[in-house]
Amino acid sequence: MNAPDSPSTPQRLDRRAAIKWMMAAAAAASVADRLTYGASAAKPAAGYGSDPDLLKIYKPGDLWPLTFTPAQRATAAALCDTIIPADAKGPAASAVGVPDFIDEWISAPYPGHDADRKTVIDGLAWIEAEAQKRFQNGFGNLVTRQKNAICDDICYAPNAQPEFRPAAQFFRKFRDLTSGGYYSTPEGMKDIGYVGNVATEKFEGPPPEVLKQLGLA
Amino acid sequence: MPQITSSQTQPSYDVIVVGSGAAGGQTAYTCVMEGAKVLMLEAGRSYDPVKETPMFQNNSQAPLRAASTPDKQFFGFYDATVDGGWEVPGEPYTNASPDPERKFWWWRPRMLGGRTNHWGRISLRNGPYDFKPRSRDGLGLDWPMSYEDLAPYYDKTEMLVGIFGDNNGLENTPDSPDGCLQPPPAMRAGEQLVKARGKKLGLPVIPIHRAVLSQKQDAEVLPKKIHPNNPRAQRLLADAMRARQACFWATPCGRGCSIKANYQSTTVHLPPALASGNLDIVSNAMAREVTTDANGKATGVIYIDKTTGMEHAVKAKVVVLAASSAESVRIMLNSKSARFPNGLANSNGLVGKYIMDTVGASLRGQIPLLENLPLHNEDGAGGGHTYIPWWLYKEQLAGKLGFARGYHIEFQSGRHMPGMGTTGGMEALTSGSYGRQFKEDARRYYGSFLGFAGRGEMIPNDDTYCDLDPVVKDKWGIPVLRFHWKWSEHETRQAKHMQETFAQIIEAMGGKVQSRPAADGAQAIEPGGKIIHEVGGTIMGADPKKSVTNQWCQTWEVKNLFITDGGPFCSNADKNPTLTIMALAWRASDYLLAEMKKGNL
Repeated sequence: MNAPDSPSTPQRLDRRAAIKWMMAAAAAASVADRLTYGASAAKPAAGYGSDPDLLKIYKPGDLWPLTFTPAQRATAAALCDTIIPADAKGPAASAVGVPDFIDEWISAPYPGHDADRKTVIDGLAWIEAEAQKRFQNGFGNLVTRQKNAICDDICYAPNAQPEFRPAAQFFRKFRDLTSGGYYSTPEGMKDIGYVGNVATEKFEGPPPEVLKQLGLA
Repeated sequence: MPQITSSQTQPSYDVIVVGSGAAGGQTAYTCVMEGAKVLMLEAGRSYDPVKETPMFQNNSQAPLRAASTPDKQFFGFYDATVDGGWEVPGEPYTNASPDPERKFWWWRPRMLGGRTNHWGRISLRNGPYDFKPRSRDGLGLDWPMSYEDLAPYYDKTEMLVGIFGDNNGLENTPDSPDGCLQPPPAMRAGEQLVKARGKKLGLPVIPIHRAVLSQKQDAEVLPKKIHPNNPRAQRLLADAMRARQACFWATPCGRGCSIKANYQSTTVHLPPALASGNLDIVSNAMAREVTTDANGKATGVIYIDKTTGMEHAVKAKVVVLAASSAESVRIMLNSKSARFPNGLANSNGLVGKYIMDTVGASLRGQIPLLENLPLHNEDGAGGGHTYIPWWLYKEQLAGKLGFARGYHIEFQSGRHMPGMGTTGGMEALTSGSYGRQFKEDARRYYGSFLGFAGRGEMIPNDDTYCDLDPVVKDKWGIPVLRFHWKWSEHETRQAKHMQETFAQIIEAMGGKVQSRPAADGAQAIEPGGKIIHEVGGTIMGADPKKSVTNQWCQTWEVKNLFITDGGPFCSNADKNPTLTIMALAWRASDYLLAEMKKGNL
């Protein structure tokens, strides 16, 4: 397997390019006849297409320009690590490229991802503003207790106070992205306890201690 | 003779086969092993699973952690499907009604081997009842053949393809003769728990049958059984079997299999067929119509070479459509002539009628007993090892259920390779935890979710069919299909029953449902086509006035035109259709070869 050639610094999405593909996407959506499937060029031009090279190893920024400014990226990394910090069983989310993955996700030219981009960019701005408001400091510079004070207000949408509900929606999305981004890496797979993806001669089913715990031994 | 280009085709063939999936693969295999010269036309590109399958890639090596996108719609980035999905660019289809409940979803790939590259590999025989549904309950249509007629072909197909499973002696769930099936893999933890708790609900939880080699095929014995009087075919098949490896219990089957452990047309049917020297394959060949002569016999096929946009005509003594049931309908309806103004073999207007999908509904539960299990590898054969066949035959026949046909239950527990959905459904259990607590919670709940899916029989009806759209054409200028869809209450009530049963199972396991069963079956049921089991449209029957083909998949009107995909199905049992498609295609091909030898075609 060949690692793809990728720029050492991922490309950022400049404003003009952003407007260009958003307009293309909007135009495609408006001409799509809802009774006709696949008739129009409804698919975004900048995706990886319907026949991508599956053996290649991809990195964020390889396929489409990324979005985060350095400041947004720093806030995202701090929040990723608040959600998934290092512990005895695995590294922190930022140590395995999760902020770059989130940037890839919110920059993707597919339906739904533009909504996620707005949610994430607005949410990161809210987090920064809230950190300044409460602690007169950037979110990344806060101590754990201070970060948690903000996150406790937004970590569970059903219990969030009305003024925190939009931020809680953002937090839910951001936690999903952080978690998916983290547990899909080799380090994350090990952390959660996935021990497959290895060739073995026999499949013998669950070991005795598992059956015992289930009352099936 | 190998994979060739349009300019390299022979002036004439014995048989042209349109399509290269389960139906086309089996048809071509059977014909070339008996010495017929075959041209296969495939609308998509050539594809080699040995070279192209991402076997051990983890999701972080793919764009978007391999999540589904409009470009890769089903299992996500690593799905084996090439140039396919619910939409194929430039190749539209339409729906007659804007009502979402009457919409049909048509999945198509554009690649050698078709859907066999990514399918679920579930390979269940239809039972005796499944061929005579009308005789049992007065609904739908009987087949002009019985289980006994097809059984020898199920035997051969199982031996050729390689299917694990076992025999349980259950009603309408046929046992296979000794030597047909490979041993099933052990049940996973969650599967064993469903079995133990399902017993109290009267549910038979048994090993599923899937087209995966749990051991290497016996290349000494099987080819002699499959081709008893054909030493050359025996040798070719033995070589092909030796080139396949047994499953190494890792990597999802939906990606395809570079070691050929599971069934794909491209790893099982086509290699020995090509080695015979009797098969030519042209890829990127979009069939438009079947040509006919003044006597109304088929003479060949006109196709568009997608690489050049040029039209080509190829000739053969016999034409077999195996393009997928709906695509074959489309080709027939587009094959208009003075003699066949409504399309080929369609004087009775039945081409396109009685299309069916499988009834689908699902429900997920979280099972506390499965939390915090000791770490172990549950990859197994890349799909479920276990299922629940339909069990309420007596209650149904007694009219106690409110719907006429049955369903089976597929489910998969497990500690799958993590991806974007791995911690989905956890928020409510954890009150939105984050930080170290979130990591603890993720370890605790990982593998504790169980998803159940019902797969049930739909009864063919007059409101569910396809015809040509009067306006829309694809990018090659070929008129496209327009779908008309309607579920009856038999299907929606069945879907409701499915969800209620799943909730009972989840509760019997001490678990909690992730969503309540829908109060209305119309909400529970998946849209038409979404299960990707579409069949019918060129139904077989005993009466030429009421069917398109006879029991040999031979059209009544055009003796040298056969349809060997799911089109001739006149009912769609809950059993997943692919195994039956292959067995029927084999039987039809044997008949075709015998008739050709007799000079009847």
